[in-house]
Amino acid sequence: MSAAILIVAEHDGSTLAAGTAKCVACAATVAQAEITVLVCASDAAAVARQAAQLQGVHRVLTVEHPVHAHPLAAAIAPQIAALAAPYTHVFGPSSTFGKDLMPRIAALLETAQVSDIMAVESPRRFRRPIYAGNAIVTVEVPEDAKVVGTVRTASFPAAGTGGSARIENVAPPAEPPAHTRFVSSSAAKSDRPDLQTAARVISGGRALGSAEAFQMLYRLADKLGAAVGASRAAVDAGYAPNELQVGQTGKIIAPELYVAIGISGAIQHLTGIKDARTIVAINKDPQAPIFEVADIGLVGNLFEIVPQIEKLL
Amino acid sequence: MMKRIIVGIKRVVDYNVRIRVKPDGSGVALDGVKMSVNPFDEIALEEAIRIKERGLAEEVVVASVGPTDCQAQLRTCLAMGADRALHVHSDTPTEPLTTARILLKLIEREQPFLVLLGKQAIDDDNGQTGQMLAALWARPQATFASKIVLAEGKAQVTREVDAGLETLEVDLPAVVTADLRLNEPRYVKLPEIMKAKRKPLETLSVESLGITPRVQLRTVRVDPPPQRQKGMLVENAAELIAALKAKGLLAS
Ligand SMILES: Cc1cc2nc3c(=O)[nH]c(=O)nc-3n(C[C@H](O)[C@H](O)[C@H](O)COP(=O)(O)OP(=O)(O)OC[C@H]3O[C@@H](n4cnc5c(N)ncnc54)[C@H](O)[C@@H]3O)c2cc1C
Ligand SMILES: Nc1ncnc2c1ncn2[C@@H]1O[C@H](COP(=O)(O)O)[C@@H](O)[C@H]1O
Repeated sequence: MSAAILIVAEHDGSTLAAGTAKCVACAATVAQAEITVLVCASDAAAVARQAAQLQGVHRVLTVEHPVHAHPLAAAIAPQIAALAAPYTHVFGPSSTFGKDLMPRIAALLETAQVSDIMAVESPRRFRRPIYAGNAIVTVEVPEDAKVVGTVRTASFPAAGTGGSARIENVAPPAEPPAHTRFVSSSAAKSDRPDLQTAARVISGGRALGSAEAFQMLYRLADKLGAAVGASRAAVDAGYAPNELQVGQTGKIIAPELYVAIGISGAIQHLTGIKDARTIVAINKDPQAPIFEVADIGLVGNLFEIVPQIEKLL
Repeated sequence: MMKRIIVGIKRVVDYNVRIRVKPDGSGVALDGVKMSVNPFDEIALEEAIRIKERGLAEEVVVASVGPTDCQAQLRTCLAMGADRALHVHSDTPTEPLTTARILLKLIEREQPFLVLLGKQAIDDDNGQTGQMLAALWARPQATFASKIVLAEGKAQVTREVDAGLETLEVDLPAVVTADLRLNEPRYVKLPEIMKAKRKPLETLSVESLGITPRVQLRTVRVDPPPQRQKGMLVENAAELIAALKAKGLLAS
């Protein structure tokens, strides 16, 4: 039997988020999948064009309504649920957007959700991490149920571009509720590479001791074209903003190079970096758990080592 | 009507425990392992208690679906400051959709103006129950909350999203799920633990709520994660840079 997969697009009104291309790559590993991307927006044209170019996408659907100017789960979920009937699978990214939205869709469809899909074993069998990634469970969705899932974006490459799927506009099938309203967002705009997609990430922990010391990491990151990340301890202490947190409750990332500076390597932090190609650790404690996962370790004082690296680059 | 908050509490393996996967792949070894209140639920409860302390709520009710053992975690919650506990007995773990259905029954009975849950349970890392509950209840949801401001019939909730922070306004009643930075839960003092023994804890059966639990997902097996190879140590910054160049990670 072939699979008809609906992917909910994540976007900011003008640009398709990188996680959507990863959902498409995940969906493409399902045998004989026919992939549809659905864009809910106030004006979907630009995002729909980008989605139509993704390799493997057969069709793009757009639902336009003023309320979709902001991604409110309470408004989007009923649209998706109303359009889901012909599909065997509904996927979204395991970003905060998808994590917020997809369970609301699953409940409206009265089906279970598979969170954080990291591998597709068969059209109904998936692998996903539990216990902060300390165990991997394989679960199976029964034949009579729709598969609703979030895709762990760090586990999949992005689908390529160059496709040209057809775009269809559909009238909003549901009237969005008025009980939830967007007020504001404080998206920190920066010229630095995005933490979630960067090939290189330099992360700092509690050992940095101040926001000023974190500037040292920003300088190093700029030299390397890297994004900056942080441990929860560093974020909680106010050395770095919360959107830089890496780990179980922060971002799950898979860069080519991850440099952990003054980070002990708590399991909740390691969850976020398990898929990094190469992990480098700089820590003054040779017993720090981060060294158990580091490909290259350097024991020493970061306040001496980081300036030395900067000079040598 | 009493201004009431319901807080969902899950008993989970303590976050400090390094869990082990059973060699036969049937699951995670739980015998004799320390169990605690899910950390995000502790934060949700702390928020509920603070709202009550500010005079904006009259009663905080904690609710847990699970085996008899989860009464220990409910007692901890009563010691923290919850007024009353509801234990819905289930010896087998419930999937989030079933948990949400059960919580909805409790909501219909208790008529809360606010339901606070954790953003995820750290055992299964599902992160679904709050959103499912809000959908079934046809009410607003505000997930990953780092700040809640209550006003007449409404709440402004600041959420931790990938790009930074987002603020939503929701009509009450609503479901809010707690993120780590919402607050720092208080420590429970010994006299409170003694006092908590006298607070009401009611046990209900799933069937008495008119719910037939559904298990949809079948666990095929549980494996340990792939282990990373222990790498090499370098002596200084120059060797580190040389090692990165050797791996092709820095232009030489
Ligand atoms: C439910 C839950 C979820 C969590 N989620 C996350 C998460 O998503 N991400 C996360 O990161 N954490 C998370 N945590 C917290 C986690 O358990 C750790 O507390 C946190 O990761 C520790 O941060 P750290 O390594 O920066 O600090 P520490 O553990 O204090 O480590 C600091 C390290 O710096 C080293 N050091 C000190 N001075 C120097 C120096 N001069 N030079 C070199 N090295 C030095 C020390 O040897 C030490 O190893 C979570 C916790 C819970 C309970
Ligand atoms: N068995 C349960 N009993 C009560 N509340 C629960 C239960 N399971 C989950 N919850 C609540 O739902 C939140 C999210 O859980 P989950 O969807 O399993 O990640 C938890 O933080 C709890 O607040």
